[in-house]
Amino acid sequence: MKFGVVVFPGSNCDHDAFYAIGNVLKKPVEFIWHQSEDLANCDAIILPGGFSYGDYLRTGAIARFSPVMKSVEKFANSGGLVLGICNGFQILCEAGLLPGAMMRNSGLRFICRHVYIRVEQTDTAFTNAASKDQILKIPIAHSEGNWTADDATLAQLEKNRQVIFRYTTPDGLNDDAGNPNGAIHNIAGISNCERNVAGLMPHPERAAELALGSADGLVIFRSMVEALVGAAKATA
Amino acid sequence: MATAPTEIRVTPEIAAEHGLTPEEYRRVKQILGREPNITELGIFSVMWSEHCSYKSSKVHLKRLPTRGKQVVQGPGENAGVVDIGDGLVAAFKIESHNHPSYVEPFQGATTGVGGILRDIFTMGARPIAVLDSLRFGPISSVGAQHAAPRLGNQPLDSATLAANRRILDGVIRGIGGYGNCFGVPTVGGDVAFEPCYSQNPLVNALALGIARKEDLFFAKAKGAGNPVIYVGAKTGRDGIHGASLLASAQFTEQSRQKRPNVQVGDPFMEKLLLEACLEAMQTGAVVAIQDMGAAGLTCSTVEMASRGGTGIEIDLEKVPQRETGMTPYEIMLSESQERMLLVAEKGREQEVLGVFKKWGLDAVVVGRVTEGGLARIKNHGSVAAEIPAHPLAEEGPVYNRPIAAPAPRVESERDWFRFAPEGTNLTQNFLKLLASPAIASKRWITEQYDTSVRTNTLAGPGASDAAVVRIKDPKTNEVKRALALSTDGNGRWCQLNPRVGAMHAVAEAARNVAASGARPIAATNCLNFGSPEKPEVMWQFSEAIDGIADACTALGTPITGGNVSFYNETLGKSIYPTPVIGMLGILDDVSRVLKIAFRNSGDLIVLLDGSSFASLATRHAPRATSDSAREFSSSEYSKTIAAIVAGEPPSIDLADEKRLIDCLVALAAESVVESAHDISDGGLAVALAESCFASLGNPPNDCHPESPRSSRGEGPAFSSLSAAVHLDDNSPLEFSLFGERGARAIVSVSRESLAAVLAIARQYGVAAREIGKVTRGDAFCIELKGRAVIEFPVSSLRDAWANSLERAVTSR
Repeated sequence: MKFGVVVFPGSNCDHDAFYAIGNVLKKPVEFIWHQSEDLANCDAIILPGGFSYGDYLRTGAIARFSPVMKSVEKFANSGGLVLGICNGFQILCEAGLLPGAMMRNSGLRFICRHVYIRVEQTDTAFTNAASKDQILKIPIAHSEGNWTADDATLAQLEKNRQVIFRYTTPDGLNDDAGNPNGAIHNIAGISNCERNVAGLMPHPERAAELALGSADGLVIFRSMVEALVGAAKATA
Repeated sequence: MATAPTEIRVTPEIAAEHGLTPEEYRRVKQILGREPNITELGIFSVMWSEHCSYKSSKVHLKRLPTRGKQVVQGPGENAGVVDIGDGLVAAFKIESHNHPSYVEPFQGATTGVGGILRDIFTMGARPIAVLDSLRFGPISSVGAQHAAPRLGNQPLDSATLAANRRILDGVIRGIGGYGNCFGVPTVGGDVAFEPCYSQNPLVNALALGIARKEDLFFAKAKGAGNPVIYVGAKTGRDGIHGASLLASAQFTEQSRQKRPNVQVGDPFMEKLLLEACLEAMQTGAVVAIQDMGAAGLTCSTVEMASRGGTGIEIDLEKVPQRETGMTPYEIMLSESQERMLLVAEKGREQEVLGVFKKWGLDAVVVGRVTEGGLARIKNHGSVAAEIPAHPLAEEGPVYNRPIAAPAPRVESERDWFRFAPEGTNLTQNFLKLLASPAIASKRWITEQYDTSVRTNTLAGPGASDAAVVRIKDPKTNEVKRALALSTDGNGRWCQLNPRVGAMHAVAEAARNVAASGARPIAATNCLNFGSPEKPEVMWQFSEAIDGIADACTALGTPITGGNVSFYNETLGKSIYPTPVIGMLGILDDVSRVLKIAFRNSGDLIVLLDGSSFASLATRHAPRATSDSAREFSSSEYSKTIAAIVAGEPPSIDLADEKRLIDCLVALAAESVVESAHDISDGGLAVALAESCFASLGNPPNDCHPESPRSSRGEGPAFSSLSAAVHLDDNSPLEFSLFGERGARAIVSVSRESLAAVLAIARQYGVAAREIGKVTRGDAFCIELKGRAVIEFPVSSLRDAWANSLERAVTSR
């Protein structure tokens, strides 16, 4: 089992994802340069947070044309696990691997703080180790996390149970009050229809150790490990 | 036909327009042995500007202590460097970007952050944290509209308040915009508001980086024949004369016209430059490297040659240019951002160029290191400038400017704060104090900064008295120790007494670091003052230097670098003298970070006081009320509640401070206290309230509170803890509650640990007094001699404190 963390020019959470997987979870992980079309036999790909290409034009709009994205697309279409965090989520939306698009935060400012998200679905490769309705405390750090989509897409998404994380309050009772950026339906993270590609705005790699305020984000990476172990067993 | 600037014949008048005095111009001619051409004149003018040459401050800066056993590199390089053990070093430095941030707040602040980050990674260190020390004019009229006529402040109208809010907003967006994109956490700093900063805000940015000791780089050109390589952004016409005209002259009403002198920042470019430079350094083919900051290509070429004792030759036609038709004068003086100059080993150019190509950056061989000490600038085959590098860099003018103490302020009790009679209920005043911008939560500001990227932030803004980041080994990712940083400097106190005020700046910064559990080891300083041509400003400067020197010596924290910013005046009015100290501390065990939040109801609150036992006897005897009033008149409370700024800063005893610092470090190391918070702005009452506020399980102001589940057996704390405190001082009531005398801190302690805490305090000669306990429930209460003097729901106090800054900034 091996994780790959893609490095775009301007990625700045690449080291953090690498550290969470390699040093905290102690699973094999390596960096993949964006010019490479070779995914180095990785079993799961992480598109990390940051400001790829300085957010020029639109967040993620240039990075989606990096050579590595052709391989990521092929990998995803053949069932490979792909997780986009923050800027990685934005890139996945731009690349069409996930539906919807990002707008500026409703307050028009960058926001960095811990938020609470509820696990809405547990039958995905990113949430199988979590329990339904589990509340995770994870930090956000973005200017453009106000995810949106047209009504039809949104209805389809809800019907297919593709909304996997929703913002909420610490007690899980008031989703609107827990929404930091205005995202429609309080959506913090979604998956594709096939449930092997997901994106979320909060940074699970920053919530991997109690010393940093929360270890709740680990469950997402653990879920990916479980999914890969399960897949390996199934083929064995 | 327009005359190309190179053809302008230099006259004494043109030299004067470049800010050179007749005597300085004479020295230019002496060094060259001839008249300079216009490019050479431009080069001399920026190199000898106050900003680059430190000509007015040099003679005083010599008095600062700069050596210590942990100091690897003191002042004189791009940043100071200290040894932090395990083969690792920390590079850190603070720098001002005041005038640009007034002229164009967003770009001024971004390029301030960009500049200090380059200073750090130029040394081979990866930046891991940024702090910002900010001073603005008032943004709300609370307690400010008639403040301090004695200190020469102008009255505040609504237009001034609105302008200050715009500056604040632009600066905050600029700092966040740069650091967030670059990927360095902005973990702390300090913010204060005084009328004197209305047209002269202070933006001082501090950056900290980590490297393995053997990977450090210095800006010394070596090896004649080695290629000189230009990397990064192209050179444009922006920022020409930023150092000489913006930073080294006072402001007039026309200053807004200097907007074209402000550079424009591109954090994405800088991020690429960071990664490419660190990668290039790893090839082993880089000999020396220097960023192009103030005075751009001029400063980097001349300083690298001067430090290395070599010459340098560059060809301007090879310099990547953003615009056509740039003259040598413009290219040499441009302050375009995100550029570096490096010297590579001859024959290994391609290794270096290859790395920059990978990152998509311009990298061009523009010249070579030469023998003989001349800086030769060529352009299309002709020599555009030829100057001996060492005299230009090191033998510039040095001034021992006239110093004159101002006439002593004549004050009497009538000018001072008048204490409320015994038994007065002070709850309303307390609410007002908590809501004043200086004391109120800075959450609205710090949430706009990425505080947690790089996953090292153990204590972000507001969590502890200092920002605390852990250190990962750059090669192995193994977590080693943690470093703590705090920036402090009370301009109001320095105005009243620059020497004592400067001592307080050092002492408070060190105390803050110690209250996070870390041992203070070294400091950096940013000295913000008015015009050095005024004898009374030079007196303030000289006094402040002596204060810093005394305090740093007493506390064992040498100054490893920093920056002097003179000419902080607008329309002839100087700012308060504002030395800002950035203190670095080291914490050997990352699990021992102390935070300000109370953690368990029932814990005891202990007041620690470093005043020696001997002096304590006299201190507890009733002081003359006039002495208390004189000292109290310089407090935040006096300013906010009574609009009085007068008297003297609290007296300071550095031995007391040292005792308290050592005691706090020992308490952290022994893990016997649950929380620690020093007593500073707003006094004991504010410190107690802040420790309650921070205990909230979901504090929106704190990116890294202890996870609710980790607090000792109490379950999620979604309401904050409170405090019940009993005092029995004989001092005036307000003095006890809101006095800001130093060398004090409050700690919360479990009953089982009390004896251990008292024993450690005794061992360090620190007085420890149990003054109350942490409670569950909403009632915050302070009693004096059995009578409640502050009594209010902690949730209401918190509301006043938590939201007032945002309300003030977003009000129209």
